Amino acid sequence: MKPMLQTTDLCKSFGGLKVTQSVNLSLEAGARHALIGPNGAGKTTLINQLTGVLRPSSGAIWLDGEDITALPPYKRARRGLARTFQINSLFPHLTPLEAVTAVICEREQGNLSLLDRRFFKLTRRRKEIDEAHALLERLNLADDCQRQTRELAYGKQRLLEMALALALRPKVLLLDEPAAGVPEGESDELLAVLAELPQEISILLIEHDMSLVFRFAQRITVLVSGAELVSGTPAEIAGDPRVQEVYLGKHHD
Amino acid sequence: MNARGRTDPKPHYLLALAAQERWSRYEIAFWLALIAVYFLFPDNLMLAAQILITGLFAVSLDLILGYAGIVTLGHAAFFGLGAYTAGLLTTVGYTEPVLGLLAAGAVAGAFGYLTSFLVLRGRDMSRLMITLGLGLLLHELANEATNLTGGVDGLQGMVAGRVLGLFDFDLYGKTAYFYVLTVCFLIFAVVRALMTAPYGLSLRSIRENPQRAVAIGIPIRARLTNIYTFAAVIAGISGALLTQTTQFVALDVFSFERSADLLIILLVGGTATLYGGFIGAAVFLLAQNWLSTLNAQYWLFWLGILLIVTTRYMRSGVLGGLKNLSHLATRRRHGSRA
Repeated sequence: MKPMLQTTDLCKSFGGLKVTQSVNLSLEAGARHALIGPNGAGKTTLINQLTGVLRPSSGAIWLDGEDITALPPYKRARRGLARTFQINSLFPHLTPLEAVTAVICEREQGNLSLLDRRFFKLTRRRKEIDEAHALLERLNLADDCQRQTRELAYGKQRLLEMALALALRPKVLLLDEPAAGVPEGESDELLAVLAELPQEISILLIEHDMSLVFRFAQRITVLVSGAELVSGTPAEIAGDPRVQEVYLGKHHD
Repeated sequence: MNARGRTDPKPHYLLALAAQERWSRYEIAFWLALIAVYFLFPDNLMLAAQILITGLFAVSLDLILGYAGIVTLGHAAFFGLGAYTAGLLTTVGYTEPVLGLLAAGAVAGAFGYLTSFLVLRGRDMSRLMITLGLGLLLHELANEATNLTGGVDGLQGMVAGRVLGLFDFDLYGKTAYFYVLTVCFLIFAVVRALMTAPYGLSLRSIRENPQRAVAIGIPIRARLTNIYTFAAVIAGISGALLTQTTQFVALDVFSFERSADLLIILLVGGTATLYGGFIGAAVFLLAQNWLSTLNAQYWLFWLGILLIVTTRYMRSGVLGGLKNLSHLATRRRHGSRA
């Protein structure tokens, strides 16, 4: 099977500092892949290269068989590479309904005429708004969809993070610590949403919460000092002495 | 409830969105009031026209500052280009004003498009400096090219044409006022449509959170270039309106004070409100007109107070302040029930 998201010999260095060293990731369609590693392992740098915020020093990134290494971030999003943010990155004064509708209209812009995009009012985009509402309903956000985002509870904002990414109908979804900051009592809702994400989406999960990683992932890659230490099934990773040494043993939080 | 929701062609969430888009009665009252001005203040139509022109100019700033979040100190550059284009065009025989407006919009828009790449590259501080620089540059160019612009004395040889070949400009500003009002309304209607369309939503997304806007596939650079150019077109048309209605254009159309005053006007009126520009222009010009007849220093003194009060206590300008008041009133009413 051809991979949905792939990096080939991806390298990034800032001056003499090598922050990504020959990383070869490969996610198949519908993959549930987790990326773990101690702080400073280069997880965020890797994500930023995948999304196009950072240009890799060498190597290539492939999305659904196409080389996207040189594409700007917004074009990658349009081709189906979506991400969520570790620290909420939302539109505070937009309502969730407006925000998700904005994503959908952007996704559909190729199908909309100039008049539709620029001069006809938003509510004429009935199909897009209905889709936005349906998505918010699925994520338990329907009751709050008309309030300003900044007024929502933190847990709800976390879900909206996910909704904005899902509204792109992504092929690949990068989840950057989706559980970050969510108190234990509220994490069940998030876990349920994670478990119910559409099967066909390939997901790369970056997460500190080991219980979440081991429950969610089918494959795990451990990153240390910018290089891939080991990849394997959760069972293999849990039993790997090197992993225990660099990661699980030392940092138990 | 649920069953009805399914058969109802317009679900509740759509109704709330639609309510935001509809022309409210305040808006309708606003434009009717502007028609009423013509009959109520026949002696002050020139001032009223100036307020509208400045208001339109402020609306164009609102598009890039309020809706797109781009700070600028050089917006007068576009105003001045439009003003001189309209003036110069009449000196070479093209005297019809609407043609002048189109030409002014085209010239200012072209300059806006070309400079957008310089301006949009940087962050806030560099944007302030670059727009300021561009403004000063044009001002100095116009100052040097005296035989083209007439310098501080004003452009010579301007001819007043009839609007659409039909309406003569008169001394009392009757034609001028209706001409300006019509142009303002038409442009405003386009701006309003843009801002209530998906396009406006994407601009608000960019202003709220550029990082996320990119991540959801919005081409920020292209969209900002687009709105910057459009704002320049409107600023150019405002400048042309001033030239045509006053039959005069001089260097001060490019002045830094014009850019700075405009910023004040928009902040006083309220950003990203569509009407803030007009409200701010009215407050600013009426206050200036009234206070400076008392004493020139008084004007700056009160302007200072006005600025401090609006930015400190009315974070979103006069319009925002009014909105807060009405929210407070409704909350009182609801509060007494709770």
